[in-house]
Amino acid sequence: MGAATDTVDNEALVERALDVLESVHDPEIPVLTISDLGILRRVEATDEGVRVVISPTYSGCPAMDTIEKDVRRVMQESGIAAEVKTEVNPPWTTDWITERGRQRMLEYGIAPPHGKSSDKRSLMGLDPTVACPQCRSTRTQMLSAFGSTACKALYRCEDCMETFDYFKCL
Amino acid sequence: MSQTASNTALHEFALRLGDDALTLGHRLSEWCSNGPYLEEDIALSNIALDHIGRARMLLGYAAEVEGKGRSEDDLAFLRHARQFRNLLLFELPKGDFAFTIARQFFVDVFHAAYFAALTQSSDETLAGIAGKAVKECRYHQRHTAQWMLRLGDGTEESHERLQKAVDQLWGYLPELFDMDDLESGLATDGIAVDRSNLRDAFYADVSEVLNAATITVPESEWRQDGGRNGIHTEYLGHLLAEMQFMQRAYPGMEW
Repeated sequence: MGAATDTVDNEALVERALDVLESVHDPEIPVLTISDLGILRRVEATDEGVRVVISPTYSGCPAMDTIEKDVRRVMQESGIAAEVKTEVNPPWTTDWITERGRQRMLEYGIAPPHGKSSDKRSLMGLDPTVACPQCRSTRTQMLSAFGSTACKALYRCEDCMETFDYFKCL
Repeated sequence: MSQTASNTALHEFALRLGDDALTLGHRLSEWCSNGPYLEEDIALSNIALDHIGRARMLLGYAAEVEGKGRSEDDLAFLRHARQFRNLLLFELPKGDFAFTIARQFFVDVFHAAYFAALTQSSDETLAGIAGKAVKECRYHQRHTAQWMLRLGDGTEESHERLQKAVDQLWGYLPELFDMDDLESGLATDGIAVDRSNLRDAFYADVSEVLNAATITVPESEWRQDGGRNGIHTEYLGHLLAEMQFMQRAYPGMEW
């Protein structure tokens, strides 16, 4: 086979791997895929098959082991030889969460991250104004800066009185 | 520097930072199910998780650089106290809530500056780990700084407890800024950070918050050190006894 055919084959393989990876969900927020969350960085063709590059959201995110196993499993099931590589540089940021990811998050009842991670207010100073994912009211209050998982904070809506998770901007 | 000599230095440096993160992560994890109330319990456990995650990355890198086939788990669970390289500040017992918060606040202020500087490291792995850590430290700092104000400027008892904690911790802070030949050499090579450059800004930032919290800034000159050379407080042995029990009792066991 010539080099040109190899390139085409590689591209097709990467495309197929990306399709298959759409079935890998975040174990803690199952409505989101790892590509929605920006955890899936890229897929590269290798001599043996493909390399799937993923990036942890938080240093201690306990979901990473499960995600890695899930990636291996779906790749094996679809007959693609794959290695998984974890990459921390550049560090994951909420800016990588896709528009579809944000929409799905909202429908699931989690307020998506507000603003850009470069907005220092989100890290250093004022709490962002977060709209309630149930009733959209902005009369909300932070109950705790740390929520049920490392990536979330706990809020309460003063109008519908529901508590809800806010995906922290990082 | 020869490749082997520089790898040995890099291994030792990653081990130092990894041990800092591991011992403090363990101390914070001791609050899990013991926090003053549910949200704070979760907060401290979250912060613990960030430190343990950082320890995994740093010890994993130390093991890789060493190239002797040891894993991050081998380094965490199969070394004795004298082989640990963490600073004393990180291993001190969790104490009461005021002590845990005061220590964490000092660590957060220091780490926010330290890891920001380490993102410029010429070593890509360390720069990447620092890039993640710095964001997390800033988030932690916001939480612990708020607690410093609430406890210091709170009730008579909370004020007293926080003042006592600050007084007790003060002598363990200078070690954060100590440089030795190893780190100076790595700093010259653009890999490590010169800690001594961070000292003045640290004390200025910390004093500002202490003043706002109506806490007296200690003037004591007493200081304690030794962690980098494996000379630890008696508390580290007890910490390791608990942390390493499973691997010592059942060598090679896995979840």
